Amino acid sequence: MKINSPLEAYKFLPATNCGECGEATCMAFAAHLIDRSHKLTDCKPILDAKFKKKYEELDALLAPEIREVEIGVGDKIAKIGGDDVLYRHKLTFFNQTQFAYDVTDSMDEKDLVERVNYIQDFRKFYVGNFLTVDMIAVRCTSGDPAKFAAAVKKVVETTDLPIILCSFDPAVLKAGLEVSKDRNPLLYAANKDNWKEVGALALEYDVPVTLFAPNDLDMLKTLAKTFAEMGTEKLVLDPGTFPTGKQLKQTFSNFLKVRRAGIDGDRDIAYPIMAVPFTAWMAHDDPVSASYWETVVASVFTIKYGDIMILHSTESYAMLPELHIRDTIYTDPRKPVTVDPGMYKVGEPTADSPVLVTTNFALTYYTVESDIASNKIDCFLWAIDTDGIGVEAAVAGGQLTAEKIKKGIEDSGFDMKKDTTHNTIVIPGLSARLQGDVEDATGCNVMVGPADSGRIPGWMEKNWPPQKK
Amino acid sequence: MTKKMKLSQLGDILQDLDVESLEGVTIEGDIELNISGGGGLNPALAYALGNEISQISLHMANIGRMLGFPAEQLFASAFGLGEMPQPEALPTSPRIQELLASKFEVSKVDNWKNPIQEVTLGATSGDGGSRKSTVTIGGENALPYYFDAEMPHRNYVTMDVFDMPIGMAKAVKGNYEDVINDPAEWAKKVVRDFNADMVTIHLISTDPLISDTPAKEAAKVVEDVLQAVDVPIVIGGSGNPEKDPEVLEKAAEVAEGERVLLASASLNLDYERIAKAAMDYGHNVLSWTQLEINAQKELNRKLMKQCNVPRDRIVMDPTTAALGYGLDYAYTNMERIRLAGLMGDDELTFPMSSGTTNAWGAREAWMVSSPLKQDSDWGPREYRGPIWEIVTGLALSLAGNDMFMMMHPTSVQVLKEITQTLYGSIESEEIDITNWIGAEV
Repeated sequence: MKINSPLEAYKFLPATNCGECGEATCMAFAAHLIDRSHKLTDCKPILDAKFKKKYEELDALLAPEIREVEIGVGDKIAKIGGDDVLYRHKLTFFNQTQFAYDVTDSMDEKDLVERVNYIQDFRKFYVGNFLTVDMIAVRCTSGDPAKFAAAVKKVVETTDLPIILCSFDPAVLKAGLEVSKDRNPLLYAANKDNWKEVGALALEYDVPVTLFAPNDLDMLKTLAKTFAEMGTEKLVLDPGTFPTGKQLKQTFSNFLKVRRAGIDGDRDIAYPIMAVPFTAWMAHDDPVSASYWETVVASVFTIKYGDIMILHSTESYAMLPELHIRDTIYTDPRKPVTVDPGMYKVGEPTADSPVLVTTNFALTYYTVESDIASNKIDCFLWAIDTDGIGVEAAVAGGQLTAEKIKKGIEDSGFDMKKDTTHNTIVIPGLSARLQGDVEDATGCNVMVGPADSGRIPGWMEKNWPPQKK
Repeated sequence: MTKKMKLSQLGDILQDLDVESLEGVTIEGDIELNISGGGGLNPALAYALGNEISQISLHMANIGRMLGFPAEQLFASAFGLGEMPQPEALPTSPRIQELLASKFEVSKVDNWKNPIQEVTLGATSGDGGSRKSTVTIGGENALPYYFDAEMPHRNYVTMDVFDMPIGMAKAVKGNYEDVINDPAEWAKKVVRDFNADMVTIHLISTDPLISDTPAKEAAKVVEDVLQAVDVPIVIGGSGNPEKDPEVLEKAAEVAEGERVLLASASLNLDYERIAKAAMDYGHNVLSWTQLEINAQKELNRKLMKQCNVPRDRIVMDPTTAALGYGLDYAYTNMERIRLAGLMGDDELTFPMSSGTTNAWGAREAWMVSSPLKQDSDWGPREYRGPIWEIVTGLALSLAGNDMFMMMHPTSVQVLKEITQTLYGSIESEEIDITNWIGAEV
């Protein structure tokens, strides 16, 4: 965005402090516009006709440096781009990298449907949510428009995920568009040879389009400028992903250059970037090596400015790290990392149910909570206030102590003697050294649980209910 | 046989057709437009009708144009317009016939003015040690692998060796079962078989809560390792803040002149003793803090100002959290440290080291399967573990980390491959990706 202080945004606001946006003052709202936690349309008064000019001016000033492009429709619509910074700590990165996994029009229908279903059903629980992947890229390997259309149609019927239509042949792309046009698919790709025809398709069907200029940034910019002039800015840039050696180093430089130029204000090149780690499969024959290398390339370009990518390996050992590195990079560094300290009931605990203790570091808490809940263990779970530090570090640093545990339980109005039949607290395995202290401080029996909460179910089977002493 | 239809239906049909080309279209018979209603037509309906008719005529004219008839001229003369403006949305006639040639330009970063300190690990016989080769890290003038400035040194990997058998993930353990009771053999193995650039000997048995091995005895293990390998070494304590200073002092003494890296000085132990041991016996110090940039500045300052450690003997470890377990903090912490150093904060211009082995603490790296029934199948753990260590290290390499402490041979191999590729020292056959879409995989 072109402005960086709330005051600059405030000048354009109605300055009535009406509160409709949820903020007490227009100045507070302006601050949220600058950190992008509110949208300008949250201000209802400025939508009024009399503020039209100010609205438009401010809207232009607030627009992110990198254009936002939408792919797909409805609930599954994916936005890519929209970034304003080169380093996540400067604000945050917006619109996490979209992962598309490929299918081809040469696959058996049964295999294709199975693969699409596997991709759309893939999920990994993490910090209170499921990590999932995003898109299907349909590659034309047959060269036959009719075959391609049939494959795309099958994909459309099988999933709501956004779709990328991959071919350099305009006739193939058109055939794919005909059966997916109401799904706002991404075209892949226009290049220096087919740009006229593919450009016409992008305009005619009003869909986003990828521009492909392998290791030629002049051509990439030329295509982008030409397409903008033709009337579309729904563009994605693919500078080419070369999978190995000096070519990969050059690819890395190209990604850096395109994004830096965009953030620095070169509007002609300020579009989302596409990476194609898929090309790792052109360098490796053995599927494990190819999957590994693809994951490595995907990680590099998730960290450095890839906004969307096309991948092949659907092995868990590829998808899990890909999902986690994306979460790592796109987690908003401004977001609190704690849960509210206090007692949480998991399932429907009774007086016989165990009392477990963990920290209020969100990652720890949600991991423990999900391990317990998914195994249908009813219990009371305390998030002790450790300033959001995990168990091991909090024990070492003094944020998790017997006193803190005692206080945490008492503060929630829970009486171990009255509210449980066992008067027993289970502490995390990584805080085993606190056992004696907690017994002394609380007067309760203290048991040491497993070091990893994934082992709580097995531990419960063996140790719960506690033997009467 | 003529089929009757309402005017608006005809309009609708044509509306939905983005007429781009005509293939085998025949227009048969007469088109008869019968507008009834006469004087009783209300103005709104008349307007609507007018709109429909005009729209149809536009579509018809468009068809006419495709057939080669200059329809726009007809309109122009009929309505007395001089130049007919180009109608919107006619994809049949791309407005641009030639590419708008354009040159891509980008500037280099202008505020990276301060080079990162170079630190050499290990000393050869010429420098009072017995290492066959040394390792130099640091010296960067830009973020790693950036085009702004050449990166002077590649990344290096030091592999972990422990002075006693420890609990390890199954995938890791399989590589070390034959040497697990012999640190010297273990060290030899990682250098000979796994291409380790350096070796880290962790003296964890010295922890009073483990075996409380006396410092003097632990120092013997250091001597054995120095005998067994000729690469530079890192010496780690047990992490016990009371015992470590003593252990590292003794280790420093027996390694005199070898320019090892003592791991580590931290704010929660007597860092002065460790710094002094490094100075007395000619070693480097690892300055270790826990994910806190200001603590890192404080400790570095104390090492320099209070303990007089020269700048070329400090390496930082700002802490590594595993992928999925706080790597976002570790990554950003390192990236901020490196950027601050490049921009001139000389309390942070030191090369960095990562305890990448921490990745094995992630359950995704070692558990047989997900403890959560709702998760998709996690697949074989022998492949999950190494890639967890690789991606953890790779992320930090991009944040500016120079040296990696690692555990699994496959992880070491792949991390070296990608970091050296980005560094620019890996040659490989060129691959033509122009038609990647059609690739058979």
